[in-house]
Amino acid sequence: MSPPFDLAIVGAGPAGMAAAMTAAELGLSVAVLDEQPEPGGQIYRGVERLAATRPNHLAWLGPDYAAGLELARSFRKAKVEYLDGAKVWQIEGTSAGRLFYKRHSAAGILTAQKFLIAPGAMERPMPVPGWTLPGVMTCGAAQTVLKAHGLVPQGRFVLAGCGPLLLLLATQLVRAGIKPAAILETEINRWTALPRLPGFLAAPGYLGKGLGLLRELKAASIAVHKGVTHLAIKGDTQAREIEYTCGGATRTEPVDLVLLHQGVVPNGNLAWSMRLAHEWDDAQRSYRPVLDAWGRSSNPAVLVAGDAGGIIGAKGAEAMGRVAAFAAATDAGKISAGDAGERANAARAEFAKHRGARPFLDALYRPQQQWVAPPDADTMVCRCEEVRAGEIRRLVTDQLCPGPNQMKSFVRCGMGPCQGRLCGLTTVEIIAECRGLPVKDIGYYRIRSPIKPITVGDLATLDVPRRDDAVGL
Amino acid sequence: MPDFDAIVVGGGLVGAAVAYGLARRGKKAVVLDEGDIAHRASRGNFGLVWVQSKGFGVPEYQRWTRRSSEDWVAFSAELQQETGIYSGHERPGGVTICLTEAEFAKRSERMAQLHLEAGNTGFDYEMLDHAALKKRILAIGPTVTGASFTPYDGHANPLTTLRALHAALLKRGSVYVPHARVEHINAAPNQFSITRNGVTYAAPRLVLGAGLGNNPLGKLVGLNVPVHPSRGQIIVTERVQPVLPMPTLMIRQTVEGTLMIGESREDAGFDDTTSPEILHTLADRAVKTFPFLRDTRIVRTWAALRVMAPDGLPIYEQSREYPGAFVCTCHSGVTLAAAHALHYAGYVIDGALPPELARFSTRRFDVQAAA
Amino acid sequence: MFKLLPDNAATTVTVMVNGKTVSVPQGFTAAAAMLLQGNGATRTSALSGEGRAPYCMMGVCFECLMDINGEPNQQGCLVTVTEGMRINAQHGKRMVAE
Repeated sequence: MSPPFDLAIVGAGPAGMAAAMTAAELGLSVAVLDEQPEPGGQIYRGVERLAATRPNHLAWLGPDYAAGLELARSFRKAKVEYLDGAKVWQIEGTSAGRLFYKRHSAAGILTAQKFLIAPGAMERPMPVPGWTLPGVMTCGAAQTVLKAHGLVPQGRFVLAGCGPLLLLLATQLVRAGIKPAAILETEINRWTALPRLPGFLAAPGYLGKGLGLLRELKAASIAVHKGVTHLAIKGDTQAREIEYTCGGATRTEPVDLVLLHQGVVPNGNLAWSMRLAHEWDDAQRSYRPVLDAWGRSSNPAVLVAGDAGGIIGAKGAEAMGRVAAFAAATDAGKISAGDAGERANAARAEFAKHRGARPFLDALYRPQQQWVAPPDADTMVCRCEEVRAGEIRRLVTDQLCPGPNQMKSFVRCGMGPCQGRLCGLTTVEIIAECRGLPVKDIGYYRIRSPIKPITVGDLATLDVPRRDDAVGL
Repeated sequence: MPDFDAIVVGGGLVGAAVAYGLARRGKKAVVLDEGDIAHRASRGNFGLVWVQSKGFGVPEYQRWTRRSSEDWVAFSAELQQETGIYSGHERPGGVTICLTEAEFAKRSERMAQLHLEAGNTGFDYEMLDHAALKKRILAIGPTVTGASFTPYDGHANPLTTLRALHAALLKRGSVYVPHARVEHINAAPNQFSITRNGVTYAAPRLVLGAGLGNNPLGKLVGLNVPVHPSRGQIIVTERVQPVLPMPTLMIRQTVEGTLMIGESREDAGFDDTTSPEILHTLADRAVKTFPFLRDTRIVRTWAALRVMAPDGLPIYEQSREYPGAFVCTCHSGVTLAAAHALHYAGYVIDGALPPELARFSTRRFDVQAAA
Repeated sequence: MFKLLPDNAATTVTVMVNGKTVSVPQGFTAAAAMLLQGNGATRTSALSGEGRAPYCMMGVCFECLMDINGEPNQQGCLVTVTEGMRINAQHGKRMVAE
């Protein structure tokens, strides 16, 4: 095995790329592993290829996306070992610990003194009746295929839910000449958000962008139904219609495609699998790893940056990546703590600016109870193992099931291939609701490696010592 | 003060089985359990109802295990009738697969010994060579040497079994109290009380079924329960079409279609993390046994802590200092679940353990200490 | 359910989607190639048999499991197409060769 890297970074989104470049500049040997074939993460997904093959799409995807191109190009030039297409399935969270990955069908192991994990965000699961039907996807999925492949919805489609990503996607599609039949905007919290407006206004650019999106949608005469309180998607073998309640009236619209969105949350399975300490972020209605101001986690060998450490957005993630790189360089003895404090000032100020805008956005789009703990007993919670909301409620109320891990073992929610990514938050929200306790008292699933699929054969051929003393007849 | 016929400490497979056993005899038990995170061996169990590896040199253990394996059929049916929940129990027989001639020779010797020790109880087994095994399990690999087979073996789903036990004991009027880790016990002969979260539970009987927790808890009621953790690691795969008609000692296909690969044995204290070395060795053995596993995707791996006595046998005892206080502990909570529900609970009510369980008394540790 | 925007200078790759030959731009994923073919299910659940289709397109939901070049249960959204790739719907539990 090659000598340990000073820093191994998981994720080549804004946080991972920025951290890698800064750490390399500070003299650390750096490896970056990312699942995708190109750098950019989900936010800048496919930006290099797009610039090469569909450059005119950059104009309507907008400057925030185009900004990723420069970052990706700088990253390519940095003195880092970049492993594209690498699926990291386990990290031993110790200094000089091993990181296990699979790349182009081959197993790989590397060691590092320090690990920085930046796996980004994923969309919050939005379990509504019929959300498992073909013809129902997330807004993020539609945006991904738009950016990565130049694919746009065909037929009659609606966007349902709320959040900045939903509005951005709608606008990008409109600019591309593709109009949604309607936007079904679930209730947002103007009044609780209002007191947090000053921080949002102080962060330059946010207000203008938000109002701009709304203006463009209005100019395009997109029907926006506000204050939606109930959604159900119906169909036999695929989505055919969507039922929604708005202003006390329930209506139905025919659809070919429904795009759901209820904000984004940290993509947490890697952090959970390493047993990092987590805390409940009530404003963002999700768990996040406990981090200090430099991105240091509860494990001294592990740093977390970007949305995986709490939703902050691309620019904030990039700043936090730089900050965490200074921490890694300090811990490695490359620079003094005082020096780091000074040199990280600009990045820390940039991060603080984006952090300042969050409370308003978090409050405005904090999901209502019905979207995180589906009231209808038949709504699927665990898509993999087909566990419905009613069954989870029944186990808590009738059998006093004490928490998500016992629930998982009783009804198999979270035991399927997605390893709880699409049902974890819903399950703990339902348990909390049934028990009348805050979610922070409920806990979360224990996430087990491998967090990316490997085969039994991959393990059988893994280049590690045997332990025949503990296995066999 | 809520009054019960028995307090059962521990809501895993052992505690829940005894509590259900009490409830099915019309007794009201209260089960005091920990919360969501606990060293819950029941949750990490491999799920065999296994006879053919139990009791070399200890025929009492072989008989007790065999009895439970036979009782499992009725036990599973009863649970399903009570709760509508299928335990996943099947008893198609089972095999221990050998990968080398040396393993096969050692296995043959052991099976012969078990047969001898069974006396006139009888012990049917077969040593199957590669060709004979291939007729029963088509999926074996070319380098498999052979296997031992007994018809007594089977498997169950430990998770649905536990769920069914909880549902059944509640249905029969017993009480389950989670988030009630027990640290103090007020004990007098046939008079016990435990206060948790402001509620005092009192009963003339106390059953310690708290796994590794029995070690410190036993001391509170004059019971020496020297159990220690033995770590086992397990790999579970995606669902595949039915391919294994019977369980093997190390690999079984669940009713859901997933394949479980286990199980290692190591002393790692209370560390319940997995290690790549152990998983690698397990996986290597698994693909040699069943080559189709090479391309099968892993969904999860985990480690769990077995509850192990120094000699690997169960511990069944009533306190001499505080009669009415019993301990019930073993590393085969699934295999022995039927015996614990259908028999052990009755002994607790009777206030005496029968002579056939004398071999599992804590007195054996006194002898060891004296030697 | 999805269509390709014009102005795409990428070279194309020919793949077989459920037995049908289709051309897609280089860099496409197997799941994207499926989406181009219509609204239907791209797999059936291993439990109930109900139809499912790609949902997140970023590797977290595992709904886009498909059979790629004869290898079942692949995450289609994480597999980049190659010339001649065979992409097929996944029906229920995977089969294993005994």
